[in-house]
Formats: sequence, structure tokens, C-alpha cells
Amino acid sequence: MSMAAGELHALTLAELARGLEAGDYTSRELTEALLERVSAVGERLNAFITLTADEALAAADRADRHRAEGKSGPLTGLPIVHKDIFCTRGVRTTCGSRMLDNFVPPYDATVVERLAGAGAVSLGKTNMDEFAMGSSNETSYYGPVRNPWDLARSPGGSSGGSAAAVAARLVPAATGTDTGGSIRQPAALTGTVGLKPTYGRVSRHGMVAFASSLDQAGVITRSAEDAALLLGAMAGFDERDSTSVEEPVPDYRASLDEPLSGLRVGIVRQHFDAGLDEETGRRVREAIAVLEAQGASVREVDLPNLDLSVPTYYVVAPAECSSNMSRFDGVRFGHRAADADELLELYCNSRGEGFGAEVKRRILTGTYVLSAGYYDAYYLKAQKVRQLIADDFRKAFAEVDLIAGPTAPTPAFALGDKTDDPITMYLNDIYTIGANLAGLPGVSVPCGFADGLPVGLQLVGGHFAEETILRCAHQYQQLTDWHAECPEDFR
Amino acid sequence: MSLSKDQVQHIAMLARLRIGDDETADVVDKLSRIVEFVDQLQAAPTEGVLPMAHPLNQVQRLRADGVSERVERDLYQQNASAVEDGYYLVPKVIE
Repeated sequence: MSMAAGELHALTLAELARGLEAGDYTSRELTEALLERVSAVGERLNAFITLTADEALAAADRADRHRAEGKSGPLTGLPIVHKDIFCTRGVRTTCGSRMLDNFVPPYDATVVERLAGAGAVSLGKTNMDEFAMGSSNETSYYGPVRNPWDLARSPGGSSGGSAAAVAARLVPAATGTDTGGSIRQPAALTGTVGLKPTYGRVSRHGMVAFASSLDQAGVITRSAEDAALLLGAMAGFDERDSTSVEEPVPDYRASLDEPLSGLRVGIVRQHFDAGLDEETGRRVREAIAVLEAQGASVREVDLPNLDLSVPTYYVVAPAECSSNMSRFDGVRFGHRAADADELLELYCNSRGEGFGAEVKRRILTGTYVLSAGYYDAYYLKAQKVRQLIADDFRKAFAEVDLIAGPTAPTPAFALGDKTDDPITMYLNDIYTIGANLAGLPGVSVPCGFADGLPVGLQLVGGHFAEETILRCAHQYQQLTDWHAECPEDFR
Repeated sequence: MSLSKDQVQHIAMLARLRIGDDETADVVDKLSRIVEFVDQLQAAPTEGVLPMAHPLNQVQRLRADGVSERVERDLYQQNASAVEDGYYLVPKVIE
């Protein structure tokens, strides 16, 4: 091995792929080095729920064998981790909940299957907000994840374990899911790249459902190039997901090097209103200036219903959540209450014990807005406002190729800071939720620091414009080094 | 709009969710705040707007009516807490 095992964690997927191909190290050596690092420094972050060292080493050996036989692909032997929302055959999948503490899926999610099929080596399953319902990772049954930039702060959520693991160089890439910002917001708060593809681009099969018209799988990496690499392997039609889209999957890396001249970038005035932390706003404006200096044209676009996106989301998402969560009955799988004399009691007690406070709130909110007498006033109304919000984006994308702005209103906040008030927590997703409501792709890219904490630049594109936003993110990363910054304790 | 304790208990029963006595006050308080927050939607002008159920306005796909899955009952039932002879056990429902 020509490169010290101690340095491998600093490399991106693309760099590791070259090293593996050149024979500088084997996938087994790489996997062992990362597993060692996870146990040496990972503990402090609580980023993992389950480590699968044995399975990982077996997969690494398989990858090395394939490479030796000349059968390697773009991901052969590359280490990743999965958010614990993706079902993994034979490996417990908790979704961050007591409800699924002992659940061992009998099948793999399509995302898991495709990445494994492309040769990726999964090291384990990452911590997350319970059933992906949260923006701080504090709703996890397994305790909060800590932000590697400041262990007293939240890494964001719900894909907080994935983001913290990538930011701390425990692993170069992780899967995540994004229903209202759950990939992009933690990416922003940890200084990583977080990509949420277009709704329907990546299969939801085997991804524990939260809000089915909003959920989408994506990735957290350190470079846009790595995100492009992984998306290419994950995306594509899947007959097992009824909302999967039959659109061809381009080579997302092929267009990364195209220059930004001529790119039309939109900025939204309301993104820079009072709710945005001043220092964060400055970093985002500086980043947009970098794009402009590369030949992108910047103009203002209007999203007049932006303020309504959070309340719309908190009707639509809980409504779908309450329906999806009804599958947990304590009978077929999941937590079963010990003391129940009749069936109704078994349901109520199993669910009451198995779900945490935030999940209960969302189930109750959803049940309320769907209940007789309130359906029209809340659910139907929210669906109409959702249409208005999607219309705003449609109009904007007639004029620009992407919208650039902040990913989150503030840098990482302290653990415990927002747990008393659900509304304060919900407003964290003000800039990200619109893309979910309209089904658009979005990526968060590190664009500097505010008070020593990472800031994210969000790029949102039209439907299936992943190539455009990834190219813009990649070009930005060619001109800046923010993504190369590493938290001091994790170098 | 503030919800009453009785309303919350009714919603909880619809959701088949036991809310413990120690949780009730917190649930009533936070749920009321959430409902109050989403109430701002009422002011949005939506006359003539079609409700949006899905981001891509897709049509449900159909497939041929053929057998596509295998029965793996034993495997699936490994995740159940109480099974017997291939059946899921629940408290007695018929007297």
C-alpha cells in the first residue's frame, strides 16, 4: 500500500476510485482503515446506529476479486453508509425508532440493492431523526447525533448521522432522504454536499415511508462530483415504486466540466429577509458573486408564496405521515406492547410506546387535518396552496436555470435549543421545503463559515435538472476550497 | 386555534395512539400551536385553484395481472412478536 492507511479517510470517492484502480490499496485495506477510524473517533458523534463490519469486509473482498478479474465498475470497492431508513436484508433497520428497534427487513431497498450491485461497500447504518421527522436529529430513539464542528451543536436532520459521518471523514459518502430538507439542511450545517433529486428520480422502494408525495432519496458527499457519481448508480426507473419516473438516466459526470457562462441564476428577494442570519446571508451572497464572476447571469425572481410553504408542508406531510404510520400495529412487525387484553388496546399501547413525541405530534396533526369537518379547511386548502407554490417555481424556471440562495436560515444551533417549540424547529426548513412541495431537485454546497460554523449555498433546479445544479455546484467547488475544510478534531 | 384536551383525546383514538396522562398537557399545548401556525393558510386566495396531490401529476401505472411475488411467510413472520402455526396472534376478538 503506497499511501498510509491513516490518510485514506481524507479522500473523496473519485480520488479513492483512482487509487483502487491504480492498485495503491485494496478495498479491504480501505474498509479496514475506515472501520478503525469509526471506532477510534466516531463514538463521539453517535452517528451510527448499526455497524456492519463483517458484511463490509466480505463486500470489500468481493470488490477486490471483481477488480482482479477485470469486472470492476465505477463504484467497485468504494465505502459508503446508509441512512437507517433504507431496508437492508438481514441487517436491522430501525428508522431511529423504538418501534423498529428489532426490525430485520426481509429485503433490500432498491437504493441499497443498486449501490451494492455497482460494487459499493456499506459500512453500516446511520442515526437519524425518528422516522425522518425532525430537523436536528434530537428525535432519534438512539440519542442525538453531534455536529463534528462543535459537539454541543446539532448536525441538523433528519439525515444527521449521514452528514456528521461524512463531515468528520468517517466515510466519504452516505445515503439520505429528504422530505422537507432532511438531506440539504444537515449538509449545510456540517459543511458537506447534500443532493435531493427530483421527486421520482430515485426509487422509494424499501425506504421507510414518511410522506409519500414528498419523500426522495439522495446522497451526502464532500464533492458535487461524488454526488453525481452516486446518483448515476441510484437513479432510474423501478417498477416496485409506483411513482418512479421512466426517464433515462444521464451520465451526471459528463457535463460537470462545462463552464457557467450563460447560466441563468435566479435569486429570491424573500430569501434574504429578516429571518436569515446576517453572516450566513453574507456568505451566500459572496458565493453567488463567485458564480457571476464565472459568467453566470444573476437576476431576481419572485416566489410570492414562499412564506406559506412551511404551513403547507405541515399539513400535507403530517397528513401523509398519519396514513403511512398506520401500518405499525404491533402485530406483524415492530414494537408490541406487553400488556393488552384486547385488540384496540394492543394497537393503542404498541403505538403509544413505540413512537416518540415528535412522531406522535405529526400523526395527531395529520389525523386532525384529515378528520371529518376539517379536511376541506386544512388538507384540501393546503393542496391548493401547494399548487400555487409549484406555479411560482414554474414561472421562475421559465426565466432562470436554477435558483441560488441559503439552505438554512442559521448555522448549526445548540442541541436542546429548539426542542421546546415545534414551530421554531419547523421554520428551519423554510428555504428547503419548497423544492419538496414542487418535486424539484436541490443541492446544498459548503460556501464558507459564519462564527466558525459551516454555511450552505442551495441550488434548486427545474424537474430533472440535476445535471445543471450539479454542474454549477462542481464549478463552484473548482473555485473554492470550503468543502476541503475539515473539523479540527477529525483531521 | 386552541384544541381542548377532549379533542386531542378524540384525535388520538382515531389515530389508535395511546397518549399517557403525563404527556397530555404537552401534546395539547404543542398541537394547538401547530394548528394555530397552519391556520395562516386560510387567508391564502385559492379560488379556482386545483388541489395538487402529486408533484409530477403522474398517472398510476398498470401492470399485467400475473404472479410476481413469492410467498415467504416464515421469513416475514420472523419480525412478528407472536405467531403460531403461521398465524399472527392477537388478543381474542370474538367472545
